[in-house]
Amino acid sequence: MSKHFVYLDHAAATPLDPYVFDVMKPYLKEVCGNPSSFHTVGKQAKDAIEVSRETMARLLSARPDEILFTSGGTESDNLAILGSARANKEHGRHLITTAIEHHAVLEACTYLQKKEGFELTILPVNTFGLVDPDQVAQALRPDTIFVSVMMANNEIGTIQPIAEIGNIIRKFRGSNAFPLFHTDACQTVGTFDLNIERLHVDLLTLNGSKMYGPKGIGALYMRRGIKLQPLQFGGAQERGIRPGTEHVAGIVGLAKAFELVQQDREKENERLVRLRDMLIRGILEHIPKTRLNGDPKKRLPNNVNISFLDIEGEALILYLDAKGIYVSTGSACASASLDPSHVILALGVPYEVAHGSVRFTLGHSTTEKDIEYVLDVLPHLVEKLRVMSPVHVEEKYFT
Amino acid sequence: MNYQQLPQSGKTGDVSSKDGTKSWFYSDIVKDHFFHPRNFMHEDGDTSIYNAIGKVGSPACGDELRVWMKVDPKTECILDFRWQTFGCGSAIASTSMCSVMVTENDGMTLEEARAMKPQDIMERLGGLPARKFHCSVLCDKALRDAINDFYRRIGKPEKIIKEASRMIDPISKVTDHDIEEAVLEGAQTLETVQAKTKVGIGNPGVLPAVEELIRFYREKYFG
Ligand code: FES
Repeated sequence: MSKHFVYLDHAAATPLDPYVFDVMKPYLKEVCGNPSSFHTVGKQAKDAIEVSRETMARLLSARPDEILFTSGGTESDNLAILGSARANKEHGRHLITTAIEHHAVLEACTYLQKKEGFELTILPVNTFGLVDPDQVAQALRPDTIFVSVMMANNEIGTIQPIAEIGNIIRKFRGSNAFPLFHTDACQTVGTFDLNIERLHVDLLTLNGSKMYGPKGIGALYMRRGIKLQPLQFGGAQERGIRPGTEHVAGIVGLAKAFELVQQDREKENERLVRLRDMLIRGILEHIPKTRLNGDPKKRLPNNVNISFLDIEGEALILYLDAKGIYVSTGSACASASLDPSHVILALGVPYEVAHGSVRFTLGHSTTEKDIEYVLDVLPHLVEKLRVMSPVHVEEKYFT
Repeated sequence: MNYQQLPQSGKTGDVSSKDGTKSWFYSDIVKDHFFHPRNFMHEDGDTSIYNAIGKVGSPACGDELRVWMKVDPKTECILDFRWQTFGCGSAIASTSMCSVMVTENDGMTLEEARAMKPQDIMERLGGLPARKFHCSVLCDKALRDAINDFYRRIGKPEKIIKEASRMIDPISKVTDHDIEEAVLEGAQTLETVQAKTKVGIGNPGVLPAVEELIRFYREKYFG
């Protein structure tokens, strides 16, 4: 075991904020009632949920009845897509999404395409991972009922022009109800002001485990008047759209976590951007044959995704792990399916670029010392693996 | 034989897949070879002193492996074995271990080296996770390629053993090797092999043969 502990995988999961844990505790222990029960203990639980819902609504500039609690980002994405496509299929059967979405979006869309007779347009991205709003405009059809574009990508950190796309969709539909516009905002909860009115979105996915909240809890904002077909049945909770006894402690923790990250957002963004750019510059300047994946500017403050050409990501991750640095990779060797990252391949780069990609995602606990340490050990590890490698990727992919 | 490790679920292993659903442990021997690889070919190494070269790439995984071998022309013993690989921890460790095995105790004869199987390498490594079997197959193939190269160079073509591949489905152009690869990558059923190779889609007549091959390779590597 290394004496260092440098956790740089915050896009995968953030540690639970101790303050959030404190506010959750009573709902894991004393407040044992079922929110649907009529007695005092049940009501305490119910009240806690409703207060949390109001907090969420206030932070989104939405109304409490527009917030649904779910089990996380995947469920929120699935419910938004499957739920609205199925409930509204008589209005049209065309869906639009992008090539770099999370699997929770992409696989829900392709399921509808393969099994339920929907047509699907998957928009490409440019070499920085940006979606072109004009392409969205061109893809819109009278029978388009749903568009889903993520707010910022979890692998390469590229931030999409959501408000601009939202505006295009709003103009296109005029006085009609469709298409609906959904965005997965899981990676951006601590980064942006998520004012719904300014974003022009109809549905928005959030989850707890990316904002120093608990895992296994998420939320879906859905504009008033939108119809969703539930994915599960058997209760009136969450207006029958998401039945099942609520995860009370999770909900309380989610709202508190959301409140906290939004409070410190601007200061923390500034700090992270500085550390992020220090890491990016340090790597690109000191390690040859490296390439920044994603947009250099329109980028999450905590995301660094670099391809170390000629080497394979899983091997580098293990070397970093031995030094107490914890990161992730888009390499095929590290995926259960042996498929490389669909996001990096969508940038139009060869296979080896995805194979050698490593993602560092910074967070609250990351310090300048951590970055210095990474920059200190990384060049040697890359060098060590490169001397063992017979692959030499062409220059054009890293300059 | 102890070459297959028990599968792990969740994040309990040394490493887990990027979607977090699978994880795997590496044995101490694997780690030792991975962190301290033996016999790799340095960039400025003099390749002209070797009299056989092998190369293999797995398009399915994007890996590439090259080996250089020095064989005593009289005894046909492997005197030196060097390698370079572009691959994961298992690929590096397997190749490193393979290089040790073929050169230890004055070196294997080419015949002995040919008798070696990927499982032997895995066993010496203390096991590899099932989804990493193909990484050790890779270096075994490179070794065989180098042996053939040696016989080619000394003018004994009759000693070359071609790994013949047989066309199974002429429509999707899938050979028995493709099916072998798919099984090694963890496809265990007709459906999963089809997902990887498209074999028999649009040519259902070949499916019985495909199923038989899947069974054959499953038994060969996992049985
Ligand atoms: S080389 Fe890709 S999994 Fe081992």
